[in-house]
Amino acid sequence: MNRPAAHTLRAMNARRAAAIWVVLAFVALAVFAASLVAGSVSVTPRAAFDALLPIHPDHPDLAAQIVRTLRLPRALGGFACGALLALAGALLQVLLRNPLAEPYVLGVSGGAAAFALAAMIAGAAWWAVQASACAGAFVSIVLVLGLARRALWRGDPQDGSPRLLLTGAVIAAGWGATLTLLLTLAPDARLRGMLFWLTGDLNGVGAPWPAFVALAAVLIAMVPLAPQLNVLLRGDAAAQALGVPVAKVRLGVYVAASVAAAAAVTTGGTIGFVGLVVPHMLRLAFGNDQRMLLPAAALAGGVAVMGADLVARTVVAPTQLPVGVVTALAGVPVFLWMLLRRRPQ
Amino acid sequence: MNGPARAAPLAAACSLTLRVGARALVAGFTQTFRAGELWCIAGPNGAGKTTLIAALAGLLKPADGHVEVDGIALAHWPPARLARRRALMPQTIRDAFSASVLDIVLLNRFPHLSGWGWERADDRAAAHAALAALDLEALAARDVLSLSGGERQRVALAAALCQGAPLLLLDEPLSHLDLHHQIACLDALTRWLHADERAVVFSCHDLNLARRFATHALLLDGRGGVHAGPVRDVLTPERASAAFGHPLVLIRDGAHEALVPALGRGA
Repeated sequence: MNRPAAHTLRAMNARRAAAIWVVLAFVALAVFAASLVAGSVSVTPRAAFDALLPIHPDHPDLAAQIVRTLRLPRALGGFACGALLALAGALLQVLLRNPLAEPYVLGVSGGAAAFALAAMIAGAAWWAVQASACAGAFVSIVLVLGLARRALWRGDPQDGSPRLLLTGAVIAAGWGATLTLLLTLAPDARLRGMLFWLTGDLNGVGAPWPAFVALAAVLIAMVPLAPQLNVLLRGDAAAQALGVPVAKVRLGVYVAASVAAAAAVTTGGTIGFVGLVVPHMLRLAFGNDQRMLLPAAALAGGVAVMGADLVARTVVAPTQLPVGVVTALAGVPVFLWMLLRRRPQ
Repeated sequence: MNGPARAAPLAAACSLTLRVGARALVAGFTQTFRAGELWCIAGPNGAGKTTLIAALAGLLKPADGHVEVDGIALAHWPPARLARRRALMPQTIRDAFSASVLDIVLLNRFPHLSGWGWERADDRAAAHAALAALDLEALAARDVLSLSGGERQRVALAAALCQGAPLLLLDEPLSHLDLHHQIACLDALTRWLHADERAVVFSCHDLNLARRFATHALLLDGRGGVHAGPVRDVLTPERASAAFGHPLVLIRDGAHEALVPALGRGA
């Protein structure tokens, strides 16, 4: 019962949190730079840097074009997508007081994919596919949280969470079957694009800006609430007695997590397990203080997806893997490890 | 009233009525809770101890009447300011994530946070003082998930103390504690109580500990009836027998006394 002193936890304060954010920001910059430079066409760091500057508009050299039109939006899209997914995961984990909650596991990504594929089969324009994916994500969140609403509003980890996770898993399975059905019905010509969408692919990211707008909105709305979220983790009664407007905060967190998940899925398809692995790793390393964790999760999630995408398009270059394959291959063992390691209380 | 000037009222229940469904747990209950008083809420299971504490804390809207803190009705208190005047320790708190004991106790400084919401040196000092008051300093860096039930209970009590509110509402703070720690906690609460203008209301199943440590008692019979007053006037064998539905007798040995179940009939 008495665990060794090695398991003591270091205190978090503003300075330590800022140091963590700065380090993560530098890592993000490094991965970002690597994403611009590395690939099947090698670009020198100098050329990549030049390509980012808004000068030389009349010299359309190949390296600059590759960086500007392919690698830059892809790296930015990957970062925004990962940041949103990790934030959505961290927020859902606070909301449900369960470290296993995540948009992918709860079937949010599946819903988005099903709606997007349906739009693709209907031959909709790309923006209609995106809008459809966003709608699908929301429908799925409403379904899961509506069915398991008692878990949501009571926030009782003992009874609520297995129910919620199971609801999510079943809804995800339902979406899986829908997706298979849609793939069976789809015309051959569209299959490959659909398949890539399904596994999470940053290849088609044209404009990462909507995702960044969503990211900024979620961060601005949620980071000031972080002290309240810390208290919320102690349970609703304790939080309310400490002066936290519990119902209002819960609703806000729920909406923010939904927006983040929908924006991420719309940008990068179904990239799984980022929302699970990233917050968990940060928690293991630095503790569960939401004031540190929310910004750190955004940065680290961005790094994770940007890095995974870098791996996905360089490891067997010139063949490009969907980034979702990389994150799922890394995420599944971590999820299982977390699930099996949890001690009954 | 003559005699020494009475301490200022910290809280009051004003014709408070609490119901569960159609059943009245507390009907038209009026009582003032003053500084220096240690109130024990006793009563059989389901009599409404937790409901009464939740209503006193303002977590629950009473069917009728209202609760005042510092003479102001709870409805008129901004939640954050109220949290600086009264602290609540809920009956069960389950942690889902790892965190150090110190960080958990520090969470109760939430009503005192300002600016970017980070604790300052005085918040940390309050947390360490609360841990020290309950002899928990050795656990400060431990993971809450590794604590035993009793340790967790004492950490929750330390968190409530750390909140720095003069009115403390504790829902079964002694459950899961061994006798030594029950007495240590009550001693710590008594010391805390007299260090300033403070009052404690706690629910408890041990009538003898209540008679030994509390100054006042509140006996719920579960049918809407409430007896409130000095502990020895309320937790009498007659009233306790009636409330708990089992005959109790008071036995004495010198200065010590105890309420014990009577022999005979069912025994």
